[in-house]
Amino acid sequence: MDVLTKNFSLYGEGFLGTVELTLYASLLALALGFVMASFRVAPVRSLRALGTVWVTVLRNTPLTLLFFAVVLGLPRFGLVLPFQLFAVLALGCYTSAFICEVLRSGINTVPTGQGEAARSLGMGFGRTLGAVVLPQAFRTVIPPIGSTLIALAKNSAIAGAFSVTELLGTYKSLSEMGYSIIWTFVWIAVGYLIITLSISALFTVMEKRWGTAR
Amino acid sequence: MTPPRRRSRTLTALVPLLLALLAPLTAAGCGKAGSPPVKGPRADALPHYRVDRSFTLPDSPTWKKAERRGHLVVGAKEDQPYMGEKDPATGVYSGFDIEIAKMMSASLGFDPKTVEFRTIASANRETALQNGQIDYYVGTYTINDNRKKLVGFAGPYYMAGQSLLVRTDEHGIDGPRDLDGKRVCSASGSTPYQRMRQDYPRVELVGYDAYSVCVDNLLTYQVDAVTTDDTILQGYAAKVPQELKVVGKPFSEEPYGIGVPRRDNALRLALDDALAVHERNGDWQKAYDATLGLSGRRATPPPPIDRYPAS
Amino acid sequence: MSRATVIDGPTALYDIPGPRTRRRHRLYGVAATAVIAGLVGWLLYLLFDTDQFTATKWSPFAYRGIQDLLLRGLANTLKAFALAAVLSLALGALLATGRLSAHRPVRWIATALVEFFRAMPVLVMIFFIFVALKVQALPALVAGLTLYNGSVLAEVLRTGVNSVERGQREAAYALGMRKTQVMSYVLVPQAVRAMLPTIISQLVVALKDTSLGYLITYEEFLHAGKLIASNLDYDLPFIPVVMVISPIYIGMCMLLSWFAHWLARRQRRNPRTGGAGVAPASPGTLLPGAQ
Repeated sequence: MDVLTKNFSLYGEGFLGTVELTLYASLLALALGFVMASFRVAPVRSLRALGTVWVTVLRNTPLTLLFFAVVLGLPRFGLVLPFQLFAVLALGCYTSAFICEVLRSGINTVPTGQGEAARSLGMGFGRTLGAVVLPQAFRTVIPPIGSTLIALAKNSAIAGAFSVTELLGTYKSLSEMGYSIIWTFVWIAVGYLIITLSISALFTVMEKRWGTAR
Repeated sequence: MTPPRRRSRTLTALVPLLLALLAPLTAAGCGKAGSPPVKGPRADALPHYRVDRSFTLPDSPTWKKAERRGHLVVGAKEDQPYMGEKDPATGVYSGFDIEIAKMMSASLGFDPKTVEFRTIASANRETALQNGQIDYYVGTYTINDNRKKLVGFAGPYYMAGQSLLVRTDEHGIDGPRDLDGKRVCSASGSTPYQRMRQDYPRVELVGYDAYSVCVDNLLTYQVDAVTTDDTILQGYAAKVPQELKVVGKPFSEEPYGIGVPRRDNALRLALDDALAVHERNGDWQKAYDATLGLSGRRATPPPPIDRYPAS
Repeated sequence: MSRATVIDGPTALYDIPGPRTRRRHRLYGVAATAVIAGLVGWLLYLLFDTDQFTATKWSPFAYRGIQDLLLRGLANTLKAFALAAVLSLALGALLATGRLSAHRPVRWIATALVEFFRAMPVLVMIFFIFVALKVQALPALVAGLTLYNGSVLAEVLRTGVNSVERGQREAAYALGMRKTQVMSYVLVPQAVRAMLPTIISQLVVALKDTSLGYLITYEEFLHAGKLIASNLDYDLPFIPVVMVISPIYIGMCMLLSWFAHWLARRQRRNPRTGGAGVAPASPGTLLPGAQ
């Protein structure tokens, strides 16, 4: 029990590490996912192909392999960056493939008639997208994006093995100091629960405010 | 939520591509025999140890189990050149620690050729000894009081010390004092890692579970130095002398012991005796010269053996 | 895919393009292709520039010993996957039975287990079993994967059972069947058939996650790759190793994904499963599962 109280700073560091990792990787995943989703619905064939390859390859890559390739591979091209950045890159790219698919199916749920109606009212592409399609798509994608980001937070545990400070990694120092392993893990589990439940709560609120029942 | 049809078309189109990618795998049956050329101890230059056929140790449960099995199972490292290294292609282990393990095997009455080596990562050494996965462990295993609570130690058989490995183009680092603000890599949670964190708090520590990854990071400029026992570092430097060098004096004392199950005092004392014999008859020196000695580093004389009482 | 815009079916985003738009799109296409080709070219240049295609780095793969090492790793990966898949299905069935039980305590326990294991990172469970319970690497990996994927599969199966039309259940009860009979003869066969694509997609997750074994020193495929990649004698062939092992990993996962997809497509055409048109498992419970 006293594992937590005596090593609060170590735990805090790990916890913050996981939070930061989750936050930055989420932002990257959302941005990249949006770009890739727009590629996948673009009327240009080569962009669509790029989007498809991106999604198919990343969704079928084990995350450990991706971490391995990014953290140990990129420095070979002379890219020397902080480890946390590599981790954000690996996590963000991986999750972007899932975000992309969520966004794309969100866009596909908007009935064709809506777009046709907008165009027949004389709206251009930009306004159709901004005023009609995206607002509706946004509502339907809130819950699946929430679960994707929860998965991201859980996946961030892998970064600990690639020299990034995060929650799971704290067990090594603590067990070396001779604390009870069971309690160490109990508190690590609580840490993850706090993070995942917060994301879950955030998205529940968002869904209540903007979401629609499909 | 039904996925649009285009995706499935793409997927169907991808299947032949996949099969094409998997084809080399099925064809992998054909390949050159043997293994790629490696730098390291030469098998024909290694000393031979006389097997003590008449040896028995009925008081040791570990020994009796090995006797029934017909050979010993020894835990070792697989990624420490000239100390304990496994050739990825042949699966053969080599190095100074491996020689020590073979010597011990000969003294315990088992032909050294029959020793079955098993790679055990640093973090799992105690567990492996406790639950009987291995009979004993020889792999840069530092004797200390904390570990003595969990396992027994025969020896020490070598005195190593913490040191620093840097790239040959690095000129600003000569000792641990020059490391302020530098990125230094070690095995996370290991003794050298803890010592760095306590004694040199301004060092930016990077941790992996294997030193080979640290060395990889050093060569790609991700870290500035690797720190651990000089024996391990010397081995890496000897592999690529034009790229890596060991700098400064060792700044700690790491007596290496042979890990044995904690309750098996008979085995521990028998190994102590065996070590004393091999140190006296020159096997120890020969083994060193044929392995770690190849790195150009002279052996520090073996430290006195510590036959501590059973607790 | 040249007619993809048409085949794609209508989306809310565009009309079917006219001649001028098509010309403009073609222009965009040329520009985008040029940019992508440029990126690929730059990547290739980087690879050559950093000497990734030298003979020393690639020759290890020509040796029997190295190939055996890789194949052994692959076999270990597949072994862990097979064990995890079978056990997850068993655990999933067990937990789903628990969640559908008529006894309240059983239902609560099953629900608590399912929610907990789905909310924990798999890696935390694997490490816990490996480090705290001092289990060997393979059983620890399999146990961790089983707990997580089993819980997710339990939810999938439960959703499947609940999605079978109510009339079926009522009719079965009306015929005098007991609950076990209703389940095993009427509901479960339909649920499994309807959820098969989702179940297989979940197995893809299990297959991908076997690579977590690398982190607890289980000698699987990635571990074999690392052994070769970090060898100074082979001039650290890291990029070649990644180029060899990732297509195999990705290929295996894609084959399985493709199989799930093919099943789903076949089912959609098959009237027998029409009754149970179920959305992919995103059950609206506390914490939806991971990818």
